[in-house]
Amino acid sequence: MRKYTSVRAFRDRISFLLDRKAITFHVISLLLLGVIFLISVGMGEQLFSPWKALNIMLGNGSSFESLIVQSFRMPRILISILVGISLAVAGAILQAILRNPLASPDVTGITGGASVAVVLFLAIFSNESNALTVSIHWMPLAAFIGATIVAILLYLLAWKNGLSSFRLVLIGIGLWALTKALTNLFMIIGPIHQAAQANVWITGSVYGANWNNVQILAPLTLVLLIIVFIMTRHLNIQELGEDIALGVGARIERQRFGLLLLSTALIGSSVAFAGGIGFVGLMAPHIARKLVGSSFGNLLPLSAIIGAILVLLADTIGRTVFLPLEIPAGVFTAAIGAPYFIYLLYRQRNA
Amino acid sequence: MNVLETKNLTLSYGEHIILDQLNLTIPKGKITVLIGSNGCGKSTLLRSMARLLKPTSGSILLDGEMMMKLPTKDIAKKLAILPQGPVSPEGLTVLQLVKQGRYPYQKWLQQWSSKDEAIVHHALQSTGMTELSDRLVDSLSGGQRQRAWIAMTLAQDTDTILLDEPTTYLDLTHQIEVLDLLFELNEKEKRTVVMVLHDINLACRYAHNIVAVKEKAVYAHGKPEDIVDRELVRGVFNLECEVIPDPVFGTPMCVPYGKGRLMNGVKKDVIHIHS
Repeated sequence: MRKYTSVRAFRDRISFLLDRKAITFHVISLLLLGVIFLISVGMGEQLFSPWKALNIMLGNGSSFESLIVQSFRMPRILISILVGISLAVAGAILQAILRNPLASPDVTGITGGASVAVVLFLAIFSNESNALTVSIHWMPLAAFIGATIVAILLYLLAWKNGLSSFRLVLIGIGLWALTKALTNLFMIIGPIHQAAQANVWITGSVYGANWNNVQILAPLTLVLLIIVFIMTRHLNIQELGEDIALGVGARIERQRFGLLLLSTALIGSSVAFAGGIGFVGLMAPHIARKLVGSSFGNLLPLSAIIGAILVLLADTIGRTVFLPLEIPAGVFTAAIGAPYFIYLLYRQRNA
Repeated sequence: MNVLETKNLTLSYGEHIILDQLNLTIPKGKITVLIGSNGCGKSTLLRSMARLLKPTSGSILLDGEMMMKLPTKDIAKKLAILPQGPVSPEGLTVLQLVKQGRYPYQKWLQQWSSKDEAIVHHALQSTGMTELSDRLVDSLSGGQRQRAWIAMTLAQDTDTILLDEPTTYLDLTHQIEVLDLLFELNEKEKRTVVMVLHDINLACRYAHNIVAVKEKAVYAHGKPEDIVDRELVRGVFNLECEVIPDPVFGTPMCVPYGKGRLMNGVKKDVIHIHS
């Protein structure tokens, strides 16, 4: 039997119902993330044990060691985690508002839209020496706009009394191909020296992550997550169907649009710094749903942690196992994610 | 006293008019059942009374107030609707489902107040779902699942509950189970129940008040005993039948003609014995 704990404070003004089984899963997955985090900090050309890695982080290492950890590995790891969180949460939101288990940032072409915008942004706002002429702070905004345009297009093109899986996938693939073509086009038109760099980035890599990126992405992600958290009960009610949601007094059009913008903002900000790391937004919510069910109060945070684990794991493997080669994290997530997507599609064939 | 009232209500899907200039009142504290043949617009009428469908023209009054002008959450505190064949997402427990009936009362950070808890438990109890509250909705039988959804609408804590064919796809036992439950909610808690039913005999048995819909209008409206007879069934369903008193409840019971295994004469004898 499942147990619940009621949490109440300030005369019920703050009150929640917590599912203890879900809390257990959160704790376990957080511990797992912590372990992978420490292993990842220790891995690289200079190998440290997780214990040593922890000590270096606490300031008990040589200056060389702390340089490697603090300046090179940490920002990359943090970006991986932030990107994993963003993509997973965005995927979970998309699956709910499109009422389609196959909806995910990449399959719908939304990631692609963000990519186009970023390449376009780089092409327009960089000079010969490959430096940006405007602040990099604007890049997430560009990606957000690109993602939003595609999301709205998808909505307009695929919506017909709901979104059937096939319409969604077909139109999503169409948009994905279109954005891919546009990305290539802008890369060719743009400065030649960027093409190679952009190619790695499009596959999805946190290769170039630095503290500056973390300083932009971390607060942005945090703010977006807080808004998502506030919107959780609207997500829950949307999942029960339009009639039920209207019946209990939800303003679904407005909420759906707000949630869509939230997901494109999350996608945009992660694409801006890590490119299109694929299938995380599809897999993480699915795994979380299998573990804790579909109540979003449980589903969203667990998806976020699982997303972080997936990207961090993919990047850690990508940058260490094939040394001196660096494999973009997106290659690994796609290698697991694409077959998983086909499996889901196959399972849905009768639905 | 009327809970709901329609004034010159016209409903349509695109160009196609479903109901034309309808005036109807739903009495408070009673069970009202909408009947009619398939596609006559009874479900459309019910949905419009729950503001799920916008009227083309005319208006609907809820407790004497124009529904269009009320905030949707205020309506949700007065009136709940259970649409036909709701589908719950994978992996949702009964408690998680029922809890969402509290949506109109929740705020940003206040999502499970003591009052929420008390009302959700009451809803589970009156639907007999307390024992099953930790089960997944997908794993329940049809009747239990319907009771879970009814519990969700009860958690909305409204005086009026609208249900669109709550017994469809249920076997006879579960049909009776669900209707008995609604009957008790009306008896004990004085809730107004408005529902669409297909079975005219069950409608007569449970309803205080029947609304027969036919050809974009209300064909007849009143107590089952007063209005349900051969002419009504012929008029509304285009079906020839005998109407005899239900042997258990004495309410009108419709026995259709048409074809059957036994000879006509024998069938008539049977009817005479009972009436």
